[in-house]
Amino acid sequence: MYAQMVKSEAAQEDPEQLAAFQARIDAGEKIEPKDWMPEGYRKTLIRQIGQHAHSEIVGQLPEGNWITRAPTLERKAILLAKVQDEAGHGLYLYCAAETLGVSRDELTEMLLDGRMKYSSIFNYPTLNWADIGAVGWLVDGAAIMNQVPLQRTSFGPYSRAMIRICKEESFHQRQGYDAIRKMAEGTPAQKKMAQDALNRLWYPSLMMFGPSDKDSVHSAQSMAWKIKMNTNDELRQKFVDQTVPQAEYLGLSVPDPDLKWNEERGHYDYTDPDWSEFFEVIKGNGPCNTDRLAARNKAWDDGAWVRDGLLAHAKKKAARRHAAE
Amino acid sequence: MATPTIKSPAFAQFLLRMGDNPLILGHRISEWCGHAPVLEEDIALANTALDMIGQTRMWLGLAAEVQGDGKSADDLAFLRDAWEFRNLLLVEVPNGDFGRTLMRQFLFDAWHAIQLGRLMKSADERVAAIAEKASKEVAYHLERSADTVVGLGDGTEESHRRMQEALDYLWPYVGEMFQSDDVDAEMVTAGIAPDPASLRVEYDALISRILTEATLTIPQSSFAHKGGRTGAMHTEHLGHLLTQMQWLQRAYPGATW
Repeated sequence: MYAQMVKSEAAQEDPEQLAAFQARIDAGEKIEPKDWMPEGYRKTLIRQIGQHAHSEIVGQLPEGNWITRAPTLERKAILLAKVQDEAGHGLYLYCAAETLGVSRDELTEMLLDGRMKYSSIFNYPTLNWADIGAVGWLVDGAAIMNQVPLQRTSFGPYSRAMIRICKEESFHQRQGYDAIRKMAEGTPAQKKMAQDALNRLWYPSLMMFGPSDKDSVHSAQSMAWKIKMNTNDELRQKFVDQTVPQAEYLGLSVPDPDLKWNEERGHYDYTDPDWSEFFEVIKGNGPCNTDRLAARNKAWDDGAWVRDGLLAHAKKKAARRHAAE
Repeated sequence: MATPTIKSPAFAQFLLRMGDNPLILGHRISEWCGHAPVLEEDIALANTALDMIGQTRMWLGLAAEVQGDGKSADDLAFLRDAWEFRNLLLVEVPNGDFGRTLMRQFLFDAWHAIQLGRLMKSADERVAAIAEKASKEVAYHLERSADTVVGLGDGTEESHRRMQEALDYLWPYVGEMFQSDDVDAEMVTAGIAPDPASLRVEYDALISRILTEATLTIPQSSFAHKGGRTGAMHTEHLGHLLTQMQWLQRAYPGATW
């Protein structure tokens, strides 16, 4: 998963230093944590990486929703492995964000009190087993589309995290496609589940790339800094072009009556998602926003005694070791 | 060494006992997904559950083979009713708080590690091979659950209290691991598995070392609930777990997934 709607920030800084910084980026150099960087670059990255990390964490919930109901031992094992990978991605990303001077606990608090966002897709529910396939196929597919270019992003730790994450995400996408293929080729009831999943998740997946370029005013600075590598619409088009033939192969209908191949453009023409719905979800009015945040807050609050207990033990152990020396 | 009869019902029972424990415990742990106290614990819980489901596939796969009636590991996991399950009662009790989940894990891991160590010397090569693979994973499970029990037992006043409560609640479920019956006697004779009772001394030594370090007190009572591993009587909790775990297979019979 990834970040959407991240605004880049500008601040008053020495123009010469800024120019030198930009020159390094233009030359394809990686910026490392101890290097000088504009405050806006740092803040934008913290928000973007943090949001991506939060998405991995919240993203456990819609998938976890089906682990206990997975229909075979193999599917259960695959799903567990995937969710474990995602929690691991969250961990690398929080570590990457920490190199920018913000702690994981601070980022977590900002998620829990609503100051930071996670990807809007996780505010949609997983209602039947085919959703788990569709999440791998569409949601991880969209995430990969966004993340592959970010392997070349200018910030070293982020780029390295992305390289590692992309490898695992492509495995997730393949297993998701395989799971939904089994459904599409299965009994009439299974096929119905697969179509239902595609119907509900198609437009939310298109929303994952963020608003249309004409409404996305913060892209230019991020693209200059190579924090963002492609525009939202470029990536969305690429996703549609890749996914439509896959849906056709499965015998499933993309829920867009105006979808058609445009010979002249060499791309599919498609209907944009309902952006008013997108902005409602971002504001907190998606089908699951309240429950997702409540679940994360409950996990954090219920876990306080565990974190405190383990910390107290570590301190006692250190004190005993110190006393023995 | 004695070679087991391939269709021995006792051998199949033994394999169900070995496979149902990780199946049910793996299910319980996976209920934590996304709800753990800290990210590292989410990862560790998912990892442990994943190992357990992997072990289930091996044990139930062999059980199905030994039964020889054309069933698969999935059939055994998803199409048996509660009375046909052979897991310890310990693994089916609800998660409770994180402390109870980890205490249950520790009490199980300690037994599991010792049991698998013995099974690595089984006269049945297939059993020995599964035990060898699983014991590597379980050594890590035990290290982690023991460390967490020590950390929380010897942590704050609250964490200590919660861990003691967890131990008190779970203790009556420990004794079942060491009860022997005719199935076990047959396994001992065939050289397939040890007598469960013979594991107790090593188990008690291991858990008292860890629980002492955790500043926790082992309850005096030697009372033990029983019925899980023989199937005579499970807890009320198992049926609810199965309604969730088996739902798709039951609702859409014959579908492949």
